[in-house]
Amino acid sequence: MSYKAKFKVWRGEGGEGRLEDFTVEVNEGEVVLDIIHRLQATQAPDLAVRWNCKAGKCGSCSMEINGKPRLGCMTRMSTFAEDETITVTPMRTFPVIKDLVTDVSFNYQKAREIPSFTPPDGVRPGEYRMQQVDVERSQEFRKCIECFMCNNVCHVIRDHEENKPAFAGPRFLMRIAELDMHPYDVADRQDSAQQEHGLGYCNITKCCTEVCPEHIKITDNALIPMKERVVDRKYDPLVWLGDKIFRRSKS
Amino acid sequence: MEIERHEYDVVVIGAGGAGLRAAIEARQQGKRTAIVCKSLFGKAHTVMAEGGAAAAMGNVNSDDNWMVHFRDTMRGGKFLNNWRMAELHAKEAPDRVWELEAWGALFDRTKDGKISQRNFGGHEYPRLAHVGDRTGLEMIRTLQQRVVALQQEDHDKHGDYEAYIKVFAECTVTRLLKDGDRISGAFGYWRETGNLVVFDAPAVVLATGGIGKSYVVTSNSWEYTGDGHALALLAGANLINMEFIQFHPTGMVWPPSVRGILVTESVRGDGGVLRNSAGERFMFKYIPEVFKDKYATTEDEADRWYTDQANNRRPPELLPRDEVARAINAEVKAGRGSPQGGVFLDVSSRLPAEEIRRRLPSMYHQFKELADVDITAEPMQVGPTCHYIMGGVEVDADTGAAAVPGLFAAGEVSGGMHGSNRLGGNSLSDLLVFGRRAGAGAAAYVDSLPARPKVAPQLVDEARAEALAPLERSGENPYEVHQELQRTMNELVGIIRKAEEVQEALEVVEKLKERVRLVGAAGSRIYNPGWHLALDLRNMILVSECVARAALLREESRGGHTRDDFPGMNPQWRRKLLVCSTADGSSVTVTEQEQPSMRGDLITLFERDELSKYLTDEEMAAFDGMAKS
Amino acid sequence: MTQTTPDTPARRQRAQIRVRTLRTDRWWLSPLLTFLGLSSFLVYGVWAIFDSSYYVPGSEYIAPFSSPCLATSCPEGARFLGFAPFGDWYALPPGLLILGLPGGFRLTCYYYRKAYYRSFWLSPAACAVQEPHGKYTGETRFPLIAQNIHRYFFYAAVLIGAVLSYDAVLALVHTPLGLGSWILLVNAVLIWCYTLGCHSCRHITAGRLNHFSRHPLRYKAWTLVSKLNARHQQFAWASLFSVMGADFYVRLVAKGVIAFPFA
Repeated sequence: MSYKAKFKVWRGEGGEGRLEDFTVEVNEGEVVLDIIHRLQATQAPDLAVRWNCKAGKCGSCSMEINGKPRLGCMTRMSTFAEDETITVTPMRTFPVIKDLVTDVSFNYQKAREIPSFTPPDGVRPGEYRMQQVDVERSQEFRKCIECFMCNNVCHVIRDHEENKPAFAGPRFLMRIAELDMHPYDVADRQDSAQQEHGLGYCNITKCCTEVCPEHIKITDNALIPMKERVVDRKYDPLVWLGDKIFRRSKS
Repeated sequence: MEIERHEYDVVVIGAGGAGLRAAIEARQQGKRTAIVCKSLFGKAHTVMAEGGAAAAMGNVNSDDNWMVHFRDTMRGGKFLNNWRMAELHAKEAPDRVWELEAWGALFDRTKDGKISQRNFGGHEYPRLAHVGDRTGLEMIRTLQQRVVALQQEDHDKHGDYEAYIKVFAECTVTRLLKDGDRISGAFGYWRETGNLVVFDAPAVVLATGGIGKSYVVTSNSWEYTGDGHALALLAGANLINMEFIQFHPTGMVWPPSVRGILVTESVRGDGGVLRNSAGERFMFKYIPEVFKDKYATTEDEADRWYTDQANNRRPPELLPRDEVARAINAEVKAGRGSPQGGVFLDVSSRLPAEEIRRRLPSMYHQFKELADVDITAEPMQVGPTCHYIMGGVEVDADTGAAAVPGLFAAGEVSGGMHGSNRLGGNSLSDLLVFGRRAGAGAAAYVDSLPARPKVAPQLVDEARAEALAPLERSGENPYEVHQELQRTMNELVGIIRKAEEVQEALEVVEKLKERVRLVGAAGSRIYNPGWHLALDLRNMILVSECVARAALLREESRGGHTRDDFPGMNPQWRRKLLVCSTADGSSVTVTEQEQPSMRGDLITLFERDELSKYLTDEEMAAFDGMAKS
Repeated sequence: MTQTTPDTPARRQRAQIRVRTLRTDRWWLSPLLTFLGLSSFLVYGVWAIFDSSYYVPGSEYIAPFSSPCLATSCPEGARFLGFAPFGDWYALPPGLLILGLPGGFRLTCYYYRKAYYRSFWLSPAACAVQEPHGKYTGETRFPLIAQNIHRYFFYAAVLIGAVLSYDAVLALVHTPLGLGSWILLVNAVLIWCYTLGCHSCRHITAGRLNHFSRHPLRYKAWTLVSKLNARHQQFAWASLFSVMGADFYVRLVAKGVIAFPFA
């Protein structure tokens, strides 16, 4: 059942590096992360890879396998032909620390820039009453395991480093949608979604949805509904007219 | 090379549920708090928890209250629990869950809009607040987002997100530092750069989780190397109950690379049944005497229970985990196992496919993607997996304080709360209740100090030398030592134990100690997993020795400790705790300590009949005296 | 450190991988097919607009590209409800008058945007394939910010859908019944599936609400629209081909290429 597979693994520190060739044993039922671990244990003890639960629940082992962002622990070797050379590289959008480990601090900064859940005054813990249908949409987004592959694959920042300050990425635009749809959240998030977090950069090409290991419909259920909510606010002529009049009356 | 230094009031080691809850509490009490964790922020092992958080809110069955929960917890732990912890836990869990909701958690709902609660093994009523089968993720994310919310508050007030609470991610602590007998800080290294770091802090909260990585088949991640257990031991604190390890009855058994990964108990709570290769629902044969009147004895009654819980007894699949794990083990040993060495767990014939996908989405995906098994169409194969250690740092129930002043512990790394066996769902609520208490305990301790303890440079030098040693050796590959330890513990101190085997394990551990002193790590200090493992090995070996020594001493079978040579429960042993400590930092001594008797108002919550199954005759006489008065 | 605060940027760089993508699958196939599909539609559309045989008097077929027919140059029976608000002064093909509405609807549609951003503008051609542009501002500024008016085109598309349904019904009630009547009906159904599954429609029905439970009817509508929306891509293509097919069929009948009983 076992065979020798050919691997190319990107190795290097701080960006400089190259693809190194390995030939390594593969057994039935194994995933790519198992093979990386076998390399560590047998051929390259200092090969760096970030991992944790090995069950697709923590989102640590994000990498690019044959050019596609994947979780190493959820990519079964049986999906490749035995004579195929498998190329494993770190996520491209984030700076490399070493080998397959990248510096994902961009994501933590963006998380911090989004105002937290804001319940109305006067609701005490234990008094919350919500219907299942009202929480289901936000629950879908809370399935997110923060593997950051959506932010990694999104061409807005993957191909344009300069957009990073202005764009929160699918993960955190989805976080805004999650809070905006929360039955108890009272913060105003629609203007800031567009003005501060770069919702307009999204051209809904759906790569975030394609790579999501949790199968969250990021584009259809979070980003587009959020865009529509912004339209309500900014491109609805009645609201626009109201704003104009309001501003005039103020001045 | 320069050592980075940071000054904090409270350093929390570990960023799982307990660590984050402790840090939040310390910060809310105005303490400058550091969270130090081995993984990225938000990846802690708590994300793996699936079933839910047990809290007697009574949303689904209004008969539920803290007293029922307390009774269930004590019963599950075979009365070995620290009853004060079990009491606090049962009383405070609902508030802790509601608090999460006010921080943005979205639990599944009941029809009237409250938090829905589900059935679980050992719990009399539906009690687990849950979100599908990813409750742990919801909890960690909520706590993580609460930390961020506090950072945003600090940013508005002080212009700096990290003025009062900072996360040091991918940073490992290797030593606790002391000034005299008090904690004065912690020493560690950044996984990423290999740079060394010293935290100057009067209080340290350990929240490092468990020890599962000392076993081959485990549901635990690589982080679970018993760091907190070992740090506490090395700092002079005691560990109790280390012989009690919970083997979760249902881990995946195939493919080999995912062997041990958890299959949530909710599968059984929602109707899944266990069958052997003959198609028999074997759990009916394994209902122990103490549970005879609480569990159904026929399939019909068990099936009726899912729809009518008031008039039927629960199915034996929902017995406490230790019972189910032993039963599966016995079936496999008797040759009635599944092709890949487990038993069958079937939900496909019990619920419609759509319902399975809705209630157990991550199980559906886990099997589909890792084993190519469609659980809506065919049964899963499952077997026991090392899941949780009931033992840990001996702490004061109210404050989480360990024997060393300034040292606190909460969550899996602390011991006592769960006795000899933890009920499913009690760990998530344990994290919250005692995380908060440890955070508050640490804050109060810092306030009470007349002067800050100092970090002695000599201790830093020693810690530095210890940490860098593996890099300077070109010895054995640490992976090989690790594998041998895992095999030894799995085979010799596993689910069923025998004196000779445990003895043999102790001999192997002694040899491994020598080998660990010689392991080397090739490569640089930058993100070098070989080096990291070499350092973790010290902890795993120390903790494994505790487990083995305590397991050898306890000559009875109770909860997570089953002795083939002493199959029964012994009331005399119920009164004794085994306490591990180390004097020289490398060998472990175990002493017996008497378990304090339960407070009168708590013990009288139980029926006499039930107590008589666990307590000694003298204790029963005392009880009768109390009941009369 | 992998931290909430970044380290010194000096050592921090992305992996220097010079190739555009390391993907080994045929990632270019899907954008290529999309490009061909949409291009053929455009070519056909231009031809159809200027083709004048859009009406079959006896069977009451009207080609979808030219419906509603609102100019006096339309044959009597082809005019929508006998209506011709555009007088003799209007000399261009009547299809041009209404072309902008369904055209705009599809142009600003969230699915088609994905399709042509990927296949025509290669931004990106496929996931994890580097795009060839040096700069990217997405839909943050003119002209692409105008994509936000999609919902107004949706309102117009509802009207167009109604007209095409009316056309189909008209053809169906007319005897003798020909194959064309059924083709127009299928087309109308697909157009509705596409139109009602629109993301803007989903938003308007109930997506904008935070409390579904307080609006049970709107929530019901939302769940139905959501089902269609999940297949928006499929309906986008199905209705694209059905409208093209129906249009072409009517024109062939009008030109006498196909004759009854098949017509």
